[in-house]
Amino acid sequence: MSTITPELIASHQLTPEEYDRIVALLGREPTYTELGIFSVMWSEHCSYKSSRLHLRKLPTRGKQVLQGPGENAGIIDIGGGYAIAFKIESHNHPSFIEPFQGAATGVGGILRDIFTMGARPIAVMDSLRFGPLDDPEHGARNRRILEGVVSGIAHYGNCFGVPTVGGECLFEPCYNGNPLVNVFALGVFRKEDIFYAKARGIGNPVIYVGSKTGKDGIHGASMASAEFSEDSMEKRPNVQVGNPFMEKLLLEACLEAMQTGAIVGIQDMGAAGLTCSTCEMGSRGGTGIEIDLDKVPQRETGMTPYEIMLSESQERMLLVVERDREEEVFRVFRKWGLDAVTIGFVTGDGLLRVRSHGEVVAEIPNGALADEAPLYDRHASVPWRAAPMDAPPFSSCDLEADLLRVLASGDVCSKRWIWEQYDYFVRTNTIQTPGGDAAIVRVKETGTSIAMSLDGNGRYSYLSPREGAKLAVAECCRNLSVVGAEPAAATNCLNFGNPERPEIMAQLVEAIEGMGEACRFFGTPITGGNVSLYNETLGEPIFPTPVLGIVGLMKTEKPVTIDFKQPGRAVILLGGLGNCDETRFGGTEYAKAVLGQLWGLPPALDMDYEKRVQAAVRAMVRGGLVESAHDLSDGGLAVALAESSFGPAGVGAALEFATGMRPEFLLFHEGPSRILLSTARPEEVERIAREHGVEALGVGVTVEGRISVRNRAASLIDCEIGRLRSAWEGALAV
Amino acid sequence: MKFGVVVFPGSNCDHDAWFAVSNNLGQPAEFLWHDAERLGDVDVVILPGGFSYGDYLRCGAIAKFSPVMRAIKRFAADGGLVIGICNGFQVLVESGLLPGALLRNSGLKFICRPVQVRVETTASPFTSEARKGDVLTIPIAHNEGCYYADERTLDQLEAEDRVAFRYVKNPNGSMRDIAGILNEGRNVLGMMPHPERATEPLMGSTDGLVVFRSMIARLAAR
Repeated sequence: MSTITPELIASHQLTPEEYDRIVALLGREPTYTELGIFSVMWSEHCSYKSSRLHLRKLPTRGKQVLQGPGENAGIIDIGGGYAIAFKIESHNHPSFIEPFQGAATGVGGILRDIFTMGARPIAVMDSLRFGPLDDPEHGARNRRILEGVVSGIAHYGNCFGVPTVGGECLFEPCYNGNPLVNVFALGVFRKEDIFYAKARGIGNPVIYVGSKTGKDGIHGASMASAEFSEDSMEKRPNVQVGNPFMEKLLLEACLEAMQTGAIVGIQDMGAAGLTCSTCEMGSRGGTGIEIDLDKVPQRETGMTPYEIMLSESQERMLLVVERDREEEVFRVFRKWGLDAVTIGFVTGDGLLRVRSHGEVVAEIPNGALADEAPLYDRHASVPWRAAPMDAPPFSSCDLEADLLRVLASGDVCSKRWIWEQYDYFVRTNTIQTPGGDAAIVRVKETGTSIAMSLDGNGRYSYLSPREGAKLAVAECCRNLSVVGAEPAAATNCLNFGNPERPEIMAQLVEAIEGMGEACRFFGTPITGGNVSLYNETLGEPIFPTPVLGIVGLMKTEKPVTIDFKQPGRAVILLGGLGNCDETRFGGTEYAKAVLGQLWGLPPALDMDYEKRVQAAVRAMVRGGLVESAHDLSDGGLAVALAESSFGPAGVGAALEFATGMRPEFLLFHEGPSRILLSTARPEEVERIAREHGVEALGVGVTVEGRISVRNRAASLIDCEIGRLRSAWEGALAV
Repeated sequence: MKFGVVVFPGSNCDHDAWFAVSNNLGQPAEFLWHDAERLGDVDVVILPGGFSYGDYLRCGAIAKFSPVMRAIKRFAADGGLVIGICNGFQVLVESGLLPGALLRNSGLKFICRPVQVRVETTASPFTSEARKGDVLTIPIAHNEGCYYADERTLDQLEAEDRVAFRYVKNPNGSMRDIAGILNEGRNVLGMMPHPERATEPLMGSTDGLVVFRSMIARLAAR
């Protein structure tokens, strides 16, 4: 046995104080295996030690919420006896080190979180951020990471048989050394089929199923809790390797085994593998678990207890089964050709006891690992920002050229190159395919459909973490409302830098508070999610990037899409022109793509007005009054107009304004609460807008083949759709 | 009449095929497990899309050894209708029930998109309800869909009117734009596009229905 030295403690990323706490909790020095177990369970990734205190500020309850944070995924009631489970999770660090496997296992991990609860996954979405592909220094590497991540997601999701139906992909230099890969998954089940990760019933067998345990992924959770340095690539062996075929078998076998009624509790082995699943199941069930490592199926010989407990080999699950009913469960796993072995049993002593070759190698109170983890009230100062508040002087000489540049920018351009690599149609539920404001997947059993949207804006959040988070919530809800769905509940992924720096901690705290305020206001409780900290490379933090995933419910029917359908229709800007000034223009896509600058503050959000605009558009869509509807976001009115014109009908629009707003603002400002729609029944649209107390500005008419915008008789843009479309479509394709 | 949908470990369009047949066409359908030695009383076998046995080695290469494929070969030899869709087409080719091979897409990427295919023959139980030259919009979703065969085989397929579908705009490099082919007996069809994904308006197209309706018409006429 190794002696525990200060160096060994430090290499486990435990502070001397944390180590003292371990000694106090155990009443003795830990063994080497125990030290490893504590280090992963008390890592930032597993324990949320820096964020837990603030996460409590988020709303988590609502009338539809059946399960809030704390389980593998959140669950809401969708009516008709059915429920959905959904969650978002990050796989940032592994995806930088090994893009393909990092992203693939990110998908695998979140899928297991869904089906471990008994739900069949029916949709995946991804929120991705990379360094720019044209970055002079890192462009080639960024392209390689993008390609690896996209093919990793495609590989895993396509083979598993879950449609990848949407997401977002953005580029910013701050992600050069630290890409973000946030994966969202959603599953559906009957309400009585929900399973929990609780070990109950003293003497019940603990069963291990799925892949054999290997040496891959050891200390993955700890790796995800540290900044990157120059030798990070040496951590490649810490990245796990995914096998989607095995996961597909595991899915079918688990869902079938659940039908036997013999399963008491079930949890997947994700971060911190066998360690996390055993102590969390014991802790949640108020029990203990004793396991014998000699019985754990192993991929290679000579693995130490330390390695077996900390391995993050993929596609494994831990089951607690009713005593004497193991055979019913084994039969199902045999049918699917999977390993299933009893490795231990539930005890009443509240301890995680691990045996190996007849000796006890670890004996730790479950609570110490799962619930007694350190909790830090880290000092938060003022959110870090280097951007100036004042705008640089600027004046456009060619607005059409500006629009082409914005359309061809990485953030705004067509992401078809990405989503055509995903099977977005398997399971034949995808009603709104990628490229719309929200993805829509039907639930065949209930006549209900689930609309879902992922959104985050690092630039806004960098300028103001509080406002940035609120804007992300508002935009997600707007995306859902545009297709007629009622926002119901949310999941979040908080991507930040090193929380030990007070100015980073301040970003985190403000973003959480802003998100809490907005989620409360829009009635979308947070049912779970993930915090990813230490997103820094060589001391350079990413922009604070809170990503929201919000789901909404709607009746299953042919959805309203973003594209204009016919010439001669009225075009209405619901919500009006909005407000903008120099300061509020600094976070826009125009400022980035055309001016190459970032300054000021994000667009101003009036949540009350936003909510009324959303209610109005939902009423219009449900009433069948609109032929197309598209929310204004990155790139403002001009981009929304262009994207609405890229549909199969080849219909654009001629818009006329009479405003004193400067043309750059009119076309490109990103003020929220606005939706561009086309309709054959403008009077009824205007009536509904009036009833909701929001502006419905008639701005023009749809026309064949062209886009034009005039203000007070001056022509700002007048252009064939094809020219804009080729700039937009060609930007990302290789 | 009854449709049987084969389930290999790794099949993932089995439910979709079952749903299309039973819900959208109102026909009885049941699943056939990969180690079944017998097919029971089914009149049509559907080999669905997915990643049978993980598509290890080569797509469809392991599935050909499964007990159910032995039964399907006998069924096909007796004139039973067999349709292989996507991975099912790959399995049929690997099993020798259809000639040629399916290689990696020429663009080296997985492609998921609705494509247009032209009906090249109506002299088959899978296309009899269509008109020759009809253009159908049906989604593809594959990484290895590039149809390949030697020139003689391709000439023979054409001479014997065994090309069932051709891509209007070739998405994957398939030789002679081939999207689906028939066996000599014309009772086995393999196609890369997914007709089961185009069987109701909510899916964006109903053009896949004609494939199923043709089979139903053939069986009804027996």
